[in-house]
Amino acid sequence: MAFYFISIVLLGFIAVYALMAVWAERKISAWIQDRVGPVVTGKYGLLQTFADIFKMLQKEDITPTLADKKLFLAAPILVFTAVFMGFATIPFSPTYISSSINIGIFYLLAIVSIEVLGILMAGWASNNKYALLGSIRSIAQIISYEIPAALAILAVIMLFQTLNLQEICMQQGILSKQKIYFFGFWEVSKIGGFFAWTIFQAPHLFIAFIIYFIASLAECNRTPFDIPEAESELVAGFHVEYTGFKFGALFLAEYAMMFLVSMIAAVLFFGGWNTPLPNLASFALADYTTGTYWGIVWILLKALSLVLLQVWIRWTFPRYRMDQLMTLCWKVLIPLSFVLVLFSGIWKLFILN
Amino acid sequence: MGNSFIPADYFPIVLQLFAAIGFVAVTMLATHYIGPKRKTADKLANFECGIEQQGDARSPISVKYFLVAILFVLFDVEVIFMYPWAVNFREFGITGFLEMFTFVGFLLAGFFYLLKKGALDWE
Repeated sequence: MAFYFISIVLLGFIAVYALMAVWAERKISAWIQDRVGPVVTGKYGLLQTFADIFKMLQKEDITPTLADKKLFLAAPILVFTAVFMGFATIPFSPTYISSSINIGIFYLLAIVSIEVLGILMAGWASNNKYALLGSIRSIAQIISYEIPAALAILAVIMLFQTLNLQEICMQQGILSKQKIYFFGFWEVSKIGGFFAWTIFQAPHLFIAFIIYFIASLAECNRTPFDIPEAESELVAGFHVEYTGFKFGALFLAEYAMMFLVSMIAAVLFFGGWNTPLPNLASFALADYTTGTYWGIVWILLKALSLVLLQVWIRWTFPRYRMDQLMTLCWKVLIPLSFVLVLFSGIWKLFILN
Repeated sequence: MGNSFIPADYFPIVLQLFAAIGFVAVTMLATHYIGPKRKTADKLANFECGIEQQGDARSPISVKYFLVAILFVLFDVEVIFMYPWAVNFREFGITGFLEMFTFVGFLLAGFFYLLKKGALDWE
């Protein structure tokens, strides 16, 4: 019974989060560019995106004459469904996870790949030159960056020896059954806090996080890797022909995707639902702040901070050129992430043994 | 938990699948009926920044994209193949570790060949 409830709650949460994220992004961009941002609708313009979505729901639903009707209709459904299904294996707290399957992270990699298919469908079905260019660029970019992302995740998996996301979280805090070492020399299994997070368990894993984060920016089509939708050259990329709620679904999926990759980063690198507060001497802060509700608070805080970082990066850096982007991926990130995997193996076999 | 699983563990995923498809499909259908329907030939033409539409988008695509796709398949299959090994490599010990890195070494030799051949040069 709880599952029915949870999937509905999650759907509502994603929708509200996406709307608030759009509002936050507009406010932050305004602040960075010394503007005011939305102010008219509601206090601080808080209702702006709600107004936008209600407007969008009433818009005319246009399918271009040349479009492939079936694919054009299926693409937004596929993209949104793929992203939303990704949330099923994310642990929100020590006791709550929708589906605690032992191939968790594997499943997420598959889900992220399905989204690519939706983008290809959208671009091809629109039968518009801008849309097609945007979608093939997007695919070249997403599939290329999937390899460094998968390798960076592999470096973490080698340390934990499990694909289950709930167990990965467990091994980063005071609830761990295994011993945790801070950079390999100081046992912190009972101290917990941020000392036990993945990025502090081995020195190379922070680099793994950087690689994963860069790759996740590319997978979400975010700046500096937003050439698929480069407004100044491709109008809007693969969703140029979409109107009304079909566009809304693609838009919702884009922001949900940002949140999904941030959730994965939080689980893999920043302890998931584990508290950042350590047990210090007689102050057992980690013991107090670990639990079902605290877990939800911590993981959401971590994921939303990463979303904030993505937004911040978007309004700070200029866009990459296609060849620079592919060069960065194939000639820098992929060799570097292979080195990280090698280092992970050496660390696990020789230092932790 | 542990190494065993039951098919029922996958049930929430199926549920989320139905919830997502249901939500998007129902809303799309509803907004299709809510919205106005004033269709003209100009409106249904593809958007080309205001100029007259020239043919459609079924044109050849640069071969470089196909090359990237093939390389992706090679590397991704290899990375996926490393996952089951990564979960168990501690039990295989140093022998298993060296075996895997011999394999990866061969692959990286191919990668080096690609670099030298200029397959990864985008001008």
